[in-house]
Amino acid sequence: MRTISRRGLLQTGAAAGVLAATGLPLRAQEAKRGGRMVVGLSGANTSDSWDGRTHSDVFIISAAQGAVFDSLTEVAADGSLVGELATDWEASSDAKTWTFNLRQGVTFHNGKSFGADDVIESLQMHVAEGAKSGAAPLVEPIVEMKKLGEHQVQFVLDAGNADFPYLMSDYHLLIYPAGQIEEAIAQGIGTGLYKNVSLDPGVRWVGQRVDSHYKDGQAGWFDEIEFIAINDNTARMNALLTGQVDAINRIDFKTEQLLRQNPGTRIQEVTGNQHYTFPMLTNVAPFDDVNVRRALKFGINREEMVEKILFGHGQVANDSPIGPANQYMAQLEPIPYDPDQAKYHLKQAGMESLSIDLSASSAAFEGAVDAAQLYQASAAAAGININVVQEPADGYWSNVWIKKPWCASYWSGRATEDWMFSSAYQEGVAWNDSQWGAENSERFQSLLLEARAELDSAKRADMYGEMQRILRDDGGVVIPMFANWVQAVSNKIATPETIGNLWQMDNSRLAERWWQA
Amino acid sequence: MSNVLTIILQRLALGILTLFVVSVVIFAAVNLLPGDFAQVILGQGATPEAVESIRRDLGLDQPVVLRYFDWLAGAVQGDLGTSFAQANFASFVGEGAARGTTVMQQIAPRFENTMFLAGVTALIAVPFAVGLGILAALYRDTAFDKGTNIFALTSISSPEFFLAYVLILFLAVLNPWLPSLSNIYDGMGLGERLQRTLLPALTLTLVVTAHMMRMTRAAIINLLASPYIEMARLKGMKPMHVIVRHALPNALAPIINVVALNLAYLITGVVVVEVVFVYPGIGQLFVDSVKIRDIPVVQACCLIFAAAYILLNLLADILSILSNPRVRHPK
Repeated sequence: MRTISRRGLLQTGAAAGVLAATGLPLRAQEAKRGGRMVVGLSGANTSDSWDGRTHSDVFIISAAQGAVFDSLTEVAADGSLVGELATDWEASSDAKTWTFNLRQGVTFHNGKSFGADDVIESLQMHVAEGAKSGAAPLVEPIVEMKKLGEHQVQFVLDAGNADFPYLMSDYHLLIYPAGQIEEAIAQGIGTGLYKNVSLDPGVRWVGQRVDSHYKDGQAGWFDEIEFIAINDNTARMNALLTGQVDAINRIDFKTEQLLRQNPGTRIQEVTGNQHYTFPMLTNVAPFDDVNVRRALKFGINREEMVEKILFGHGQVANDSPIGPANQYMAQLEPIPYDPDQAKYHLKQAGMESLSIDLSASSAAFEGAVDAAQLYQASAAAAGININVVQEPADGYWSNVWIKKPWCASYWSGRATEDWMFSSAYQEGVAWNDSQWGAENSERFQSLLLEARAELDSAKRADMYGEMQRILRDDGGVVIPMFANWVQAVSNKIATPETIGNLWQMDNSRLAERWWQA
Repeated sequence: MSNVLTIILQRLALGILTLFVVSVVIFAAVNLLPGDFAQVILGQGATPEAVESIRRDLGLDQPVVLRYFDWLAGAVQGDLGTSFAQANFASFVGEGAARGTTVMQQIAPRFENTMFLAGVTALIAVPFAVGLGILAALYRDTAFDKGTNIFALTSISSPEFFLAYVLILFLAVLNPWLPSLSNIYDGMGLGERLQRTLLPALTLTLVVTAHMMRMTRAAIINLLASPYIEMARLKGMKPMHVIVRHALPNALAPIINVVALNLAYLITGVVVVEVVFVYPGIGQLFVDSVKIRDIPVVQACCLIFAAAYILLNLLADILSILSNPRVRHPK
């Protein structure tokens, strides 16, 4: 898909020649301090605030976890887990008790010094009476939080969880100053690289670099950061083209070519865990029959979906939600588009043909209705008649998702296998959008619990591999593709060689990790 | 003069009635939209319990009629309430930390911005349109007249976002003279503020020019056949003087009417333009609030829009009465 113009080739060719002549290695230049970055971001809301419990979209997350606040741990751009406010951690052999050593000499923006109390109080607010935190499922399993010293905390979990330190990197779990949480939420007081100058919800955020920080020399290169809320796709692109902003998120694929032709900008693209799905309720006929599900898996043309719905900006998936940004992604043999196989499985289910409704709306993902229609066309060859029902985008998640037997949906993915599986594939959890349970595969549910408490990485790889194979063969969610995170950056901004692929805008850590070229 | 006062009072009373009707219609319409604040805010993460708890906190579990009268009771006392977004936030962290933003406080800075844009646009558009109208009347049926008409009618017939994109293309992308983003904020100097406001103002100017310009032209041409104009011409006045000194004062009433209508449009019709240029005015707040079904903010925005129309219409009528000496001095 990607074409290089003759001029572009000459330019990059010439640059490579010069670099080769000077003997410099062909890599990104050294990061340096200074300058100001202005970023145009979608996903801003008038309801945005510094309360981590409410965070769900890129604008406020990039400002909060990405700049003003820190968490205990951080997922680095290469996917490894590093300490942020924690320096190191240790688990008991059953992975039930976790001891975190906290960083010393850290102060909040208001001068208060950071310690164990801040961690405990900041986590407790997610499970407080009446709190509606998106991270409650992460904090609820902690049965006890013990302050072992001013800079040491111990967590006791209700069951072993080898991924616990990963969970602490979640963007909801920001660390606030104990005893001043209300004030910190009102004013944006954290321990991050940038202190809050002004937040105008749904409009603009400005942050200023703190004078000294424990990440000095590793991150936080700009003196000042400004995020502008630009929810309109065209306006965002215009702003980048006219140089008013230095970077934008979410490129509109239809006009992407314009950006490619523009000499002053470049497109950044990473494949992560974001996947587009067609979940079916496996406790509702005919989807309760595994043969019907298998027939549907062979009735979809995954390559075509990537090409026509994602315009090539993605990767074929094989009905497992574990993606390239995960540690234990299994190399599954791909499920081909094969109408004959689909017919065979339909026959196994005792059917000659099948008529079913598929609900879709642009709320699920951009192009979901088109994707459903492509599915309809490819499945027709196997005698499966898919009736595409176009649902209103408003209220889609409340009225259609997990309500209608088969619909379109998406997941932005999770950093760990267990996190993903226990969000959407564990029996009985709220977002289990295929109603997947022991009824379907007892093995899957027991592996899920077993792998969670297993600290041996090789054994976990085996277990997660088997779970992914079970989902590919029998699972109730058709996952045709992983969708790339695509964003654009001005050449005035330098970015590291490896960009985080867990989420858009370098895992929303652009304020910390990018610098002025 | 007393009849003017009676008219004002009558019209104000009618205006209040209109506002009341508008508020009922908007409240009903927002409630008819699928999904409510709780569902939209929670999105994919909407569990029945979470939706229930937000609805309970915001009083969304109450019947619609009851909620309306609750809101009305506050509104007549000048209290437009707290936006759902703020109320929800407060229910999370306790009243102490909530920034104490009522709908009024939330709207005030946005309204100021919208008024600034409307003001800048009016300063450009009104002289431009009236001037063009006078020139078109002076040179009527010439190539100039026809060209002006075609230009004005083309721009009023094009959708606003299209005009905005055309202007962005020519004035921001191809020739980087003006910024395509109009994200003005507090503490920005007047010069920069003006520069950033110019593109949206020009877009709006294109939209409102045709109406005012053609009315000016028509009103003047209408008068040019009158005997007193004939007289002025016969005594040897220059055509331009005839129009400005003799025709224009008598054509003012219809022109003022149209200008006022268009000024109202500058406040109420800016929604699309504000979104395209990312201008933090009331229109963008309105769009954002409809998206999350934040009824108190939507209601307040609509009331402001309606009030702007009513007041400017009233102003237009009064001014056209005052501009007519026969009405001003009844025998």
